[in-house]
Amino acid sequence: MKWSKLGKIFDPTEHFLPNNCLEYAQSPQSLILSDRVRIYFSTRERDSVGKYLSHVAFVDFDKNMQDILGVSNHTVIKLGELGCFDEHGIFPMNVVRVGDKVLAYTTGWNRKVSVSVDGAIGLAISHDGGLTFQKHGKGPVLAASLNEPFLIGDAFVAVYGGSYHMWYIYGTKWKKYTESDPPDRVYKIAHAMSEDGINWRRDNRQIINDRLNADECQALPTVIYLNGTYHMHFCYRQAYGFRTQSSNAYRIGYAYSMDLINWTRDDSKAGIDISEDGWDSQMQCYPHVFQSGEKVYMLYNGNEFGRFGFGLAVSDE
Amino acid sequence: MFKWSKLGQVFDPAAINDGSWLKEFAQSPSILIYEKHVRVYFCSRPTPNPGGQYLSYLSYIDLDRNNLLTILNICREPILSLGNYGTFDEFGTYPISVIRDQDEVRVYYGGFTRCESVPFNAAIGLAISCDDGGTFSRLGEGPVLSYSPDEPFLLGSPRIRKYEERWYLWYVSGKEWLKTTAKPEPVYKIRMASSEDGINWVKHGKDLIENKLGEHECQACPDVIFQNGKYHMFFSYRSVTNYKSKEGGYRIGYASSIDMMNWNRCDEMAGMDVSESGWDSEMVNYPHVFILDGETYMLYQGNEMGRTGFGLAKLVNSQNWCGK
Repeated sequence: MKWSKLGKIFDPTEHFLPNNCLEYAQSPQSLILSDRVRIYFSTRERDSVGKYLSHVAFVDFDKNMQDILGVSNHTVIKLGELGCFDEHGIFPMNVVRVGDKVLAYTTGWNRKVSVSVDGAIGLAISHDGGLTFQKHGKGPVLAASLNEPFLIGDAFVAVYGGSYHMWYIYGTKWKKYTESDPPDRVYKIAHAMSEDGINWRRDNRQIINDRLNADECQALPTVIYLNGTYHMHFCYRQAYGFRTQSSNAYRIGYAYSMDLINWTRDDSKAGIDISEDGWDSQMQCYPHVFQSGEKVYMLYNGNEFGRFGFGLAVSDE
Repeated sequence: MFKWSKLGQVFDPAAINDGSWLKEFAQSPSILIYEKHVRVYFCSRPTPNPGGQYLSYLSYIDLDRNNLLTILNICREPILSLGNYGTFDEFGTYPISVIRDQDEVRVYYGGFTRCESVPFNAAIGLAISCDDGGTFSRLGEGPVLSYSPDEPFLLGSPRIRKYEERWYLWYVSGKEWLKTTAKPEPVYKIRMASSEDGINWVKHGKDLIENKLGEHECQACPDVIFQNGKYHMFFSYRSVTNYKSKEGGYRIGYASSIDMMNWNRCDEMAGMDVSESGWDSEMVNYPHVFILDGETYMLYQGNEMGRTGFGLAKLVNSQNWCGK
């Protein structure tokens, strides 16, 4: 695919955000409404111990993605109760319209002691067109399993042929790369299917080949069906030094499939790369590809994992 | 009512000096029967870290099959390692339940991890022995029974059984963490799952045992035995607070079922209570009931949740298993 960059379209520091959130607008994800495009993102407050809590908020754009119509000023979805998988943040949240409901697949975060966090995928449902979401239970719909031991997250769900398909990531290891730094994580992209969107059968395998090395981190798959082919964009990076060194930081990768089972990775066809300078010159991450009207767009984050917002690109094809 | 004759304490970890991993506690006894001995698997702990936090390891002792109060052998090191960095069982494998299946032995265990807002979380793991129960290796780095929408945390206290080629797992699931003036305290209830292979489980999604001490009653260790056409469950229960005292501490409850799904709780039938004095005078808990050479026995742990080890009781009215 080939993308033309339209620039940064949302800066969280220029708007009032709910839940005491000030910075970050991460992992933008779209819901197409009759008169607007709603974009959910995760933004952050600092809690009483100075650590971040991620909350979901949204911004509404007109159908042409030109003008901001409004920003949510209420709690879209509550964080989990004491001890629950999503107590310390929801990031990201992927939405799927099913009939008159909107399903949200959340990645819930909870803080741990030996490693910093764990994550699992939850389900929440909106009956008001995506203004607010209520959780389907206090626990996750996809959690750690025998061969996917931790860090289950980044769900992207679509319905094809009457079945729910979920692309997501799972952790494979926590590894210390230096004596002084805390351990870093490694995660890979996987796939699961469901008939009801609640009970999932996993493929139990990594579906996207590593390109950098065995410790490559792969995140946030987004899939769209266009012209007879399933296209997946995702982001990937080195496991270490990715916060400070641009060469190790997230880039956007690409794979395609004809059958939803076998994926061929070809990052050279991602059609987008970091800019010479500006807001997406150090990294690009958390892509989300969607169609509005005749156009196909990609939302994505830039430098500092989206601390100062997200941008948009449009497909040339 | 069941009538138990207490035979006394079988094992006290304080009585042995070797083994840094076996300093305190001998919890959750679970047996495997051999030709000449009975192996009792249990969970033991090294001394805690400066913050008072413990690890918990799988261990065993061998008892003389002809005299269960005689210890023949004590394992020399933990027989299952703890989980790798960041895994669900990094900080402990407790409680446990052991079963022989053809030429392998399986242990199902509660794997413990440590959390920031609450002290810990748990999920159920599986490890397999190919040397007749001498050492165990985990089947995968993650749990075989994990969290789900209505079982959000604290899956533990597994008891594994196999009836007519189907696997059954009784276990507990966390309901909520209660905020207290000290650290948060969990509420957990007894549940069940079944499986074709003991690896992929179907949860039945129901609390099995009605509450006796109110909605915050904690229920654990659902030890099930089939006898005379009926499933019998001995379990532990306690109040959510003040449980480290005699008053609020664990007691042994009882329920029975003909279909494994619907249970009638009748604690008066359990027939097992704290002693006047000694190692089980404040608590009796974590029962494991088994039949050996025509007799029925209960292994159970005593005061301070098994810090003082475990003991043995024998069913007096063994001929009357229906307990009428």
